[in-house]
Amino acid sequence: MSTEKKNNDDAPAAPGGALKEAESRLHYAVRELSQSSWVITLLSVVVALVVGALLILATNPQVQATTGYFFAQPGDFFLTSFEVIRDAYSALFRGAVYDWQAATPDRAIRPITETLVNAVPLILAGLGIAIGFRSGMLNIGGQGQIILGATCAAFIGYAFNLPVGAHLLLALVGGALGGAIWGGIAGVLKAKTGANEVIVTIMLNNIALYLLAWLLRQQWFVQTGSNQPIAAPVEDSARLFGLLGTGFRLHAGILLAIAATVFVWWLLERSTLGFEFRAIGENPDAARTAGINVPKATALVLIIGGGLCGLGGAAHLLGTEYRLGAGIAGTLGFDAITVALLGRSKPLGTFLAGVLFGGLRAGGVLMQAQTGTPIDIVLVLQSVIVLLIAAPPLVRAIFFLPNPDGTAKSPRRRRLKDQQAAEAAQEPAPTQEVTK
Amino acid sequence: MKLQLKGVTKRFGTFTANDRIDLTVQPGEIHALLGENGAGKSTLMNTIYGLYSPEEGEILLDDKLVTFNGPGDAVEAGIGMVHQHFMLIPVFSVTESVMLGYEPTRKAGIIDFAEARRRVQEISARFGFDVDPDAMIEDLPVGAQQRVEIIKALSRDAKVLILDEPTAVLTPQETDELITIMRQLRESGTSIVFITHKLREVRAIADKITVIRRGKIVGQALPESTETELASLMVGREVNLTTQKEPAEPGDIGFSVKDLTVLSGAGKVVLDNVNLDIARGEILCVAGVDGNGQTELAEAIVGLRSAVAGTITLDGTNLRRMNVKERLNSGIGFVPEDRSTDGVIPGFTVTENFVLDQYDQQPYSNGVAMKPSVMREAAVQQISRFDVRLGTVDDPISTLSGGNQQKVVLAREMSRDIRFFLASQPTRGLDVGSIEFVHRTIIEERDKGTPCLIVSTELDEVSNLADRIAVMYRGVVVGVVPGDTDRDVLGLMMAGVPVEEAYAQAKDHHTILGEADEEAQT
Amino acid sequence: MSDQHTPEQVTDAETTAVHAEPRQEAEARLQPIKWKFPITYALLALLSLSAFTFLSPTGAVTQFRLATGSDFVALPAVNVPSFAGALVLSLLQLAMAALAIYCAARRIKLGVWLPMLFGLFFVLAFLIYAGAGRGAFIPVVTLLAGALMLSVPLIFGAMCGLVGERSGIINIAIEGQLLAGAFLAAVAASFFTSAYVGLLAAPFAGAAVGGLLVWFAVKYHVNQIIVGVVLNVLVIGLTSFLYSTVLTQNSELWNARQQLPRLPIPGLSQIPIIGPVLFNQTILVYLMYVIVFALHILVFKSRWGLRMRAVGEHPKAADTVGINVPRTRIFNTVLAGGIAGLGGAYFTVGQGLAFGQEMSAGQGFIALAAMILGRWNPKGALLAALLFGFSTSVGQVLSTIGTPVPSEMLLMLPYVITIFAVAGFVGRVRPPAAEGVPYIK
Repeated sequence: MSTEKKNNDDAPAAPGGALKEAESRLHYAVRELSQSSWVITLLSVVVALVVGALLILATNPQVQATTGYFFAQPGDFFLTSFEVIRDAYSALFRGAVYDWQAATPDRAIRPITETLVNAVPLILAGLGIAIGFRSGMLNIGGQGQIILGATCAAFIGYAFNLPVGAHLLLALVGGALGGAIWGGIAGVLKAKTGANEVIVTIMLNNIALYLLAWLLRQQWFVQTGSNQPIAAPVEDSARLFGLLGTGFRLHAGILLAIAATVFVWWLLERSTLGFEFRAIGENPDAARTAGINVPKATALVLIIGGGLCGLGGAAHLLGTEYRLGAGIAGTLGFDAITVALLGRSKPLGTFLAGVLFGGLRAGGVLMQAQTGTPIDIVLVLQSVIVLLIAAPPLVRAIFFLPNPDGTAKSPRRRRLKDQQAAEAAQEPAPTQEVTK
Repeated sequence: MKLQLKGVTKRFGTFTANDRIDLTVQPGEIHALLGENGAGKSTLMNTIYGLYSPEEGEILLDDKLVTFNGPGDAVEAGIGMVHQHFMLIPVFSVTESVMLGYEPTRKAGIIDFAEARRRVQEISARFGFDVDPDAMIEDLPVGAQQRVEIIKALSRDAKVLILDEPTAVLTPQETDELITIMRQLRESGTSIVFITHKLREVRAIADKITVIRRGKIVGQALPESTETELASLMVGREVNLTTQKEPAEPGDIGFSVKDLTVLSGAGKVVLDNVNLDIARGEILCVAGVDGNGQTELAEAIVGLRSAVAGTITLDGTNLRRMNVKERLNSGIGFVPEDRSTDGVIPGFTVTENFVLDQYDQQPYSNGVAMKPSVMREAAVQQISRFDVRLGTVDDPISTLSGGNQQKVVLAREMSRDIRFFLASQPTRGLDVGSIEFVHRTIIEERDKGTPCLIVSTELDEVSNLADRIAVMYRGVVVGVVPGDTDRDVLGLMMAGVPVEEAYAQAKDHHTILGEADEEAQT
Repeated sequence: MSDQHTPEQVTDAETTAVHAEPRQEAEARLQPIKWKFPITYALLALLSLSAFTFLSPTGAVTQFRLATGSDFVALPAVNVPSFAGALVLSLLQLAMAALAIYCAARRIKLGVWLPMLFGLFFVLAFLIYAGAGRGAFIPVVTLLAGALMLSVPLIFGAMCGLVGERSGIINIAIEGQLLAGAFLAAVAASFFTSAYVGLLAAPFAGAAVGGLLVWFAVKYHVNQIIVGVVLNVLVIGLTSFLYSTVLTQNSELWNARQQLPRLPIPGLSQIPIIGPVLFNQTILVYLMYVIVFALHILVFKSRWGLRMRAVGEHPKAADTVGINVPRTRIFNTVLAGGIAGLGGAYFTVGQGLAFGQEMSAGQGFIALAAMILGRWNPKGALLAALLFGFSTSVGQVLSTIGTPVPSEMLLMLPYVITIFAVAGFVGRVRPPAAEGVPYIK
């Protein structure tokens, strides 16, 4: 970090006339800009959209038809391509933000509310994953925790008869508890035995899947009187209430998501528990030496993270789905990981990333309906975005942006590498094992 | 083989680690490269060994210009290096470690193990090493691991052997063995470059001494120079090699450890019935070669390791059943051995590191929420007292130098109300200026009447600080002796010889270093 | 200055240091006795006795069929009286548990035969109970053949994971590599109307995913677990997208079924029970035998294996002896991806199926589990994968003959066992030391 700053500081001091100075100032600005995580994120989205566009073109029958006589009439190819992409992406936009082709004003603004509906479980679960990332734990178990959350919430939602407020509250708490238990298994095992949380949470995902499949075959559980592997719908009293009236699906879950975002910010940045979380994430040995109860904090990270994922599952079920089926979690668990990554594990970032990916989903539905582009392309966009934001140098290379140490010339880059090596060399950590 | 450097310059970004270095090592010469921590010695050697590529300058071997694109090239050209942190793979056997990269193979790349084993045995026999070719590296003591590294270099016909701080992990007697090996190699025509910051060693071992300071060669010296001369050359100013301190005025016993026994994770006894008493206003140093239980002793006292038997008493309270936090809160100030892994959290700000073990205490928090402004204020105040050079306390601590990071740790531990001070290797990796500061601070703490326990593997540091010295060997306290005990005696005790015998033996047999000391005095 | 004193002096030091010799006796006394395994054995034996034995209907018979229709020597079916059979097996288990407890108390070490034999008895007792009085045969050959079939992608996947992780690259993307292999195998086989072309193409898909993984890991130092997770999503997205567009638009051209033919090995395939299971297979399965055997030798005995392990354990040490760390990692991860891609071909051309969305269905994660349970050893991973395949096969067979145990429980078993394994229950799991750590030079 320090070295980048140093380099930036002395860059503008290059000798030369006023013009050169202005130029170097421009360089400086460009470099500053290319450092900004916002710019990297934006450019990653652009690259992902381009990749998506290429995929759409490659698989579109009309475009394929024009390639047949490309050399006779190249214009056809380009025109068709343009139209296909325009239609697809405008459908994506209209499905996600604002539909200017809609018949009524209500219909026109409905997409943005759909985006938020999709975003609710993504934000909640994304926050759960982000807490893990900040604490140095890779919680890959969002899927399982969401399933457990949804399962518990659903069961409470239809098996009990309670007054309006209490029923909803109980169902939400039950959902959070379900996720917390599922995350807690991984957390406690890591705390007690050092079991790698990545492996355990992956295994728990699959166990959750079979557990749900088994439950859905049990009559005492589904309470529907039919052999269909789907549970009874939750009572009205346990549903997250709508915020905008009929015609809109937006429910109180979004308030929950906002509250959770604020809570996670406070937890990580202001609370003593969050200090412990961040400490074990950065350096568990130093945390232990400073008297922090590392096993306890480890377990709590995954319990709280799992609880948030469970809450995400519960909100998804109580606000959107209402009925529990085998596919309740869809790809939410893995989407949540991408949300946390895109949000750089910061609460606000996660919130915004959740909205973005929720929008992609909402828009993807309309895009599929109107242009026949399969919604699976959203997965491609999502994964490309996340891969790119994880590798800023790649994004800079794609857009010919300068590297942090100045120009993109290779000798400099090697020097930077050497420097990193020197810093690494000063830390004896990895070789320490030998002498023990 | 003759090794020659001409104007070698190595930069990391804007920082120049080696500035136009000229150096000539004659065939069959033991050439010491002396410099402080961070002077650029290791960088220079890594450059010679092909790990870094220099920005400017030339490397010549037997007057022929060479360029290395990687360590492979350097080895090919006849350069061998024993790194300070051994480049050995714990789960490999000795044979596997030695042949790695130069495997004798039969058809289809299948390794000829018999041939590889034979090579190891041949070299071990030639130099009288006792190394089992089938032993696992992780099961070998450090001294034997070092011999494996030397075998590794020799098996590739190294004509220039670079040893990076080779004595850091050895007892004085093991050091003697190493010196013998080095002389044997010299006889056979191998040139040896020997990197160290220890003044005694260079004078006893080296044929020629080159001193490096802040990346520049500042002078050549002969082994006949005095330690003071070498020290001022190395540091660039007059240095007082010993810290001034008043004799201790020990009060009653403030801290004691009784029959402390600790098992390692694998169930081995690492501390065996250890008994220590430390009076108020006294510094007790624990000396010994790395890995003889000192680390475990410190960890057991703080509670990072649980004891199977014994008591740990501070001002009459038994701490053994307490967890780390409770022990710190009952008045232990602790400076851990490895600053970067245990002492600080690199990504945290200086402030956050300053409150690392009090973040949940008054006045920094109410137990649930933290009070950032109070934390910051305290950090600013205390840190200026400890002469820490930094931008602001809101910078990550990783932007500070090692010495300044250690000062932050000291500031954190000593600004609490402590009744016992425990430090493990408090000056490891620091420059001389910082070492002086740390030593002064510890002595001030002692003079306030705090019992101090300092674990150190550096005999210089032990002699400097200790009012009494406890020597440990294989988890046992071999004996407790006065602070001014002769180093040869300490060395023998570090190899497990009981006190009286150690005195008797030391009288008869001096180590090479011990003799050099005496010669210097006469 | 003379150094002739030195040798004697050191000898002196060593001889006088007797009092501080290692205190083995004290250590042995102080070490806690390891009760974990004996207690587990006892609990399982009691489960076998109480559930498998006493819940078997009295007088019922369990029938095992050992032959298939095409056997050269047809073995007769075996009828076992359920209660008595389960009782005998349970008592044997109890005896072994008692032995284990006795030996633990005396700190005597027992060989690996105990857990293996114990496991066999437990499984047999379970099968006797599950088939008791059902009136249907338990088809042993089908059971074993099914176990091997189900293990094929797991074994390929586990070998892929092993090669990658031994060189320091964590591979969570095995799932994606299998899926990509399945996809490309189906498409290539369909397009060229030859299953063998599909088989040739599959490794390239897996290797491409492996290449992406190692590119991000080595060049950009991105967290390898993250890249793996995201690559899985990417492959699912891409294959599903292409499936819904190109493959469904013209399934005759792009997604027609092709099957690798079975190639019975003359002689060997005639052996009762194991013959049809092991030696009447497609070339893909024979390739699997070759790969496992080759890795078993090469990982520990070849130059390639030694260097791979060095890079995975301590890359800097490898670098100092002239081994190119990034190149080694890239080569091995791409190679490993190829192995997984081959395994993916099993889903489509190996079984004669067309490509379907997400058809790898989590097998890549079980492969990962098998590799961990097998402690990064080809042999161990093979056994673990076979165990997982077997438990799934039992689940499938039992669900056809009707069983008191829900099939979901058996399907969960691999995951549960793996959790126990990483929690240190089955001894310490020690991954390559530099796994997942980018090497920055």
